[in-house]
Amino acid sequence: MYEYPARFKSKVLPFVLLSPTLLILVVFLYYPVIRTFILSTYRVAFLGLKKQFTGLENFISLAQDPGYLHTLQVTAIITASVVIGGLAISLAIAMLANREIWGASIYRILLIWPYALSPAVAGIVFLFMFSPGFGAANYLMFRVIGKELNWLGNPRLAILLIIMASIWKNLGYNVVFYLAGLQNLNTDVLEAAEIDGAGAWKRFWSVVFPLLSPMTFFLLITNITYSFFGIFGMIDIVTKGGPLDSTNVMIYNLYRDGFEYYKTGLAAAQSVILFLAVIALTMVQFRTSGRLVHYGG
Amino acid sequence: MSRRTRLDLLTHIALIITCIIVLAPVLFALAKSTQTRAEVFRFPPQLTPGTALLDNYRTAWNAFSLGQYMVNSTYIAIAVTVAKTALSMLAGLALVYFAFPLKDYIFYFILFTLMMPTHILIIALFDLVSDLGWGNSYPALIVPFLASATGVFLFRQHFSSIPSDMVDAARADGAGPLRFLWSILIPMSWNTIGALALIQLIYMWNQYLWPLIIIREDARQVVQVGLRGMTAGQDTTNWGVVMAGAVLAMLPPMVVFILLHRQFTRGFALGQEK
Repeated sequence: MYEYPARFKSKVLPFVLLSPTLLILVVFLYYPVIRTFILSTYRVAFLGLKKQFTGLENFISLAQDPGYLHTLQVTAIITASVVIGGLAISLAIAMLANREIWGASIYRILLIWPYALSPAVAGIVFLFMFSPGFGAANYLMFRVIGKELNWLGNPRLAILLIIMASIWKNLGYNVVFYLAGLQNLNTDVLEAAEIDGAGAWKRFWSVVFPLLSPMTFFLLITNITYSFFGIFGMIDIVTKGGPLDSTNVMIYNLYRDGFEYYKTGLAAAQSVILFLAVIALTMVQFRTSGRLVHYGG
Repeated sequence: MSRRTRLDLLTHIALIITCIIVLAPVLFALAKSTQTRAEVFRFPPQLTPGTALLDNYRTAWNAFSLGQYMVNSTYIAIAVTVAKTALSMLAGLALVYFAFPLKDYIFYFILFTLMMPTHILIIALFDLVSDLGWGNSYPALIVPFLASATGVFLFRQHFSSIPSDMVDAARADGAGPLRFLWSILIPMSWNTIGALALIQLIYMWNQYLWPLIIIREDARQVVQVGLRGMTAGQDTTNWGVVMAGAVLAMLPPMVVFILLHRQFTRGFALGQEK
């Protein structure tokens, strides 16, 4: 915690200044969190007409439901692929774009604009590109391997399509932060390594990558959040969780249980599980960022 | 050729290929958005401009009400961005330039909400907003988003990096806190303001799940959910029109991004721990 110079004397004014923010956070974030925990212990009949306290029954039935376990598995596969694949590709792109060559700023803009894209727009374009018959990506594939692939009908291909589209959509965001990280690096260290005669590959792993680790940790968390929640719009537009639930991630399953099947209690229990996952991740980040991560300077 | 020139040339080639791959889906969408239904279905797929540019965009704008959705989204995004930036700035002012009890705990209390994305609250938030009588209305899309832990964090970070001589000078001039905010802090905070505004505008414009749930009346819907309606019934979908819709929906955030991206990188470079 930093110590600030306190400059103004009023005892009331700071609370007046803070009150709008605090009021909204309490009413629209803290209170719903508490209400979600309470709801998760009830069985709620259609439209909330009948509520019955059932303790942990919702959680037990989720743990025993093969469908929900499959949902956890799908979420893990998509998250791991999007986070690892996305960060590796973005770092490689950022390393290229960080070189001071002619036109570097033009390349940078062309590489980071996908930041502005929404998952829904990305989804709709990918859905069209990979449609059988007239999708250009599918046609390319046909020319290369000699047959059309059923991207939307085959469970494995559908999950691959979601992963590719999700990585593509988030590239801009990741490249922005990696570029900022690279530009903040201490160039002396890099030059020293170069003078030592370290090869580019070794220089990257022994100098650049460790120095970038705070940024990587930050991006790890934001990318996990993105894979958990952000890609909802893409899944809703491209696959609707199908085929055969192969892309039915946790947030999509929650949405369906809550707003298509009106199982409010069960959906609230899924919210609690997601909330605990987010807290666990944040804790890991706080703990590791103190010890393992190298903060330059 | 020297080693350096060769390396530069390789970098150019690699970057050009990467840019093309990154741009390809959007170029594809742009080309298709100008084609008639027959041109879209031609085999092999054509990537040249078609003859239906105006027709497609007009149909997307009018028949699929994208114009209306875009007006709604613009209104919501601007309202939230302006109010959120202002409220975050006031909170930052309180946290940096005042001494009061429980200050650190209040800051942690705000920061803790970073772990509460709207997505996990939708069940309870839906009940709450319906109880308030806001179902199917703009307040439902605006009010819950007016406070921001990210915003408070960024402003607090930025304000504490401002040299304290400034504050002393202001106080010597007899300026009160609000006067100080207006005439000294704001002019020194454009990068942070730009960065936060950019994040919030894009976040609000791209919202999907919450409006999908809470807005039932078509005339009040936002643009992303509007796109969803365009693809319903795949076989009958006129993809040229859908791509026109996708291009329209991505245009405003793209323009804002290109205008503000410098502030964005600077605002974050400053906010970063070093």
